Amino acid sequence: MAENKKVIVPIGPYHPLLEEPEYFQLYCDGEEVVDVEWIAGYNHRGIEKLSESKHWEQVTFLVERICGICSTSHPIAYCNAVEDLSGIEIPERAKYIRNVIGELERLHSHLLWVGLAGHFLGYNTVFMWAWKYREPILDMFEMITGNRNHYAMLRIGGVRRDIEDEDIPVLKKTLSEVKDKIKMLTEAVLDDPVLGARLKGVGVLKKQDIKNYGAVGPIARASGVDIDVRKDDPYAAYNLVEWKVITTENGDVFDKAVVRLLESFESIKIIEQSLDAIYHKKGEIWKEVRNIPEGEGIGHHEAPRGEVFHYVRSDGNTTSPVRHKIRAPSYVNIPTFKASCIGQTISDVCIILAGVDPCYCCTERVAVYDKDKKKKVYSFDQLVKKSIEKTERIKKEIGKEGKLWKKLL
Amino acid sequence: MNLKLKALKKSLWVYHLSAGSCNNCDIEILDLLTPRFDVERFGIILAASPRHADVLLCTGIVNKKCVERIKEVYEQTPKPCVVVAIGACACSGGIFRDGYQMAGPLNKIIPVDVYIPGCPPKPESIIAGIVKFLRELK
Repeated sequence: MAENKKVIVPIGPYHPLLEEPEYFQLYCDGEEVVDVEWIAGYNHRGIEKLSESKHWEQVTFLVERICGICSTSHPIAYCNAVEDLSGIEIPERAKYIRNVIGELERLHSHLLWVGLAGHFLGYNTVFMWAWKYREPILDMFEMITGNRNHYAMLRIGGVRRDIEDEDIPVLKKTLSEVKDKIKMLTEAVLDDPVLGARLKGVGVLKKQDIKNYGAVGPIARASGVDIDVRKDDPYAAYNLVEWKVITTENGDVFDKAVVRLLESFESIKIIEQSLDAIYHKKGEIWKEVRNIPEGEGIGHHEAPRGEVFHYVRSDGNTTSPVRHKIRAPSYVNIPTFKASCIGQTISDVCIILAGVDPCYCCTERVAVYDKDKKKKVYSFDQLVKKSIEKTERIKKEIGKEGKLWKKLL
Repeated sequence: MNLKLKALKKSLWVYHLSAGSCNNCDIEILDLLTPRFDVERFGIILAASPRHADVLLCTGIVNKKCVERIKEVYEQTPKPCVVVAIGACACSGGIFRDGYQMAGPLNKIIPVDVYIPGCPPKPESIIAGIVKFLRELK
C-alpha cells in the first residue's frame, strides 16, 4: 500500500461521471498515480442467498436483475447450468432465438460503452451518436420481447416467446440500418486524431498481464488472447452459424474500443443468420421440465464483458437451488487496474478504468466489518474455512458427492 | 405559490443517485438525456453536485452500506428538493425485498415525493411522472 505522504484522490461513491456507486481511491505522487484501491459493496444485494429461497423458474427473473446491461447473459448462463444439471437438450428453434437475444444485447452494450467512453473523455458527440444509434436496437427488443430492458425471454428448457414470421423482415431492415450507422460511427472513431492521441498507448495490458489476472472478454481479446466461450465451448446455436473471434495486439484503450466496434459487426452477422434459420425451421420453442433432479450443473455464456459463470446444486426434493454461485466477468477484469493504471496520470485513469467496461452491480461482494474496531470480522483464511465447512455440510445433507466434485478431486 | 417553488419549476437540475440498483433504471435516466428523448429542451440537465440539485433521481433498493451516504447527499441538497423514486426497487424493494442487504425502500430513509414504478420504467413514463408532479406542485 502507498505510504502516508502520498495524496489520496477519491473518486466516488457518488460521482457525477459514474452511473453506479463505486469508490476508487487513487494514491498520487504529483500527477502520477502510484496505487489504486477499490472499495466495493455499495451495490451488493445478496442475490446468491435470495436465489436459495426462490423457485427454479423464479430464479431466472432474479438473475436477470443482477445487471441491467447484460440482463440476458445471466439467465442464459443460469439456464445452461440447470439444463446441464437435468440433462435437457433444448429445441433447435429456441437455440437460435437465444442467439438473437444474446447478440442483440452485445450490440446495445458495446454501443453503450462507446458512448460512455466518449462521455468520459469529454467528447460528447460520440456519446450522443452512440446512444442515438442504440435506440433502434432497443426498439427491436421491444418488438420481440415486449420490454426495452429486462426481456424475460429465457426459461429452463427453451425460451418464453417466439419470434413471429411477420416480424423478421422488419427486424432485418432495422438491423441493416443499424449496421450502416455503426459503420459510420466506427470509421469516425477510428480515424479521429483526437481520440487516437488520447487513447493510443494508454493503459496497456500485456498478454502476460491478462494471463496473470485471468481477465476475460473484449479486454483479453484486445491484448491478443483469443478467449471466447462462444467458440471454445459452444452452447445455444453458436456452432451452427458463421462468425469469427476479433483480436488485436496492442492492449491499449484504443484497441479495446476497436475490438468492441468490430465485434458488433460479427454480432450482426450472427443475428442475420439466426433470423434466417428461425424463418425456415419451425418447431417447439421450449420443452416441459417437470422436476429438477438431484445433482449439480455449470453453465456459461459470453456476456458483452466476458464469461459469465453459474453453478447450481439441487438436492432433488426442494423446489429451489441448494447453492447458486455466480461469477461475473467484471470480477476478474476490474483488478487489472493494478497493471494498467499505475504510472499513468490522473486524467487518464478515468478512461482506463472505464476501458474495462466495469459492471459493478454484477461484481459486488460483501465484507463484514466490526463497527467499533473498524476492521474486517472475517479474514481471508476464515472465509475459506467457512466455505469449506458449508460445502461439507451440503455434501452431508445431500448424502453423496456429485460428478463435478469428483472431477475436482 | 412559494417563490422558491416557482423558481424550481422553471428549470429542473437533477442529480442522479444510484443506491444499489441493477443499473437499468440508471441507463434509462441517461437515455433521457440523449437525442431521442432529449429532456434538455425542457431545461432539465444533470447537475454535477448535489449542492446544485433541485431534484434527486433515486434508483435501487438502498443497501445497508449506502444508507449513510444517501442521507448525507440529501442533507447537502438545497431545500425545497424533490425526491423521485424510480423503479420497482426504489418504490417497494421489488424482487430484492427479502434480501439481507435491504435497508430501504427509499421512503424509509428520506422523504419521497414522486414514485415511478416499473422494471425499469420506460423513459416516456419517467417524463410523464415528472410532468404530472410539476402540474400538481403548488
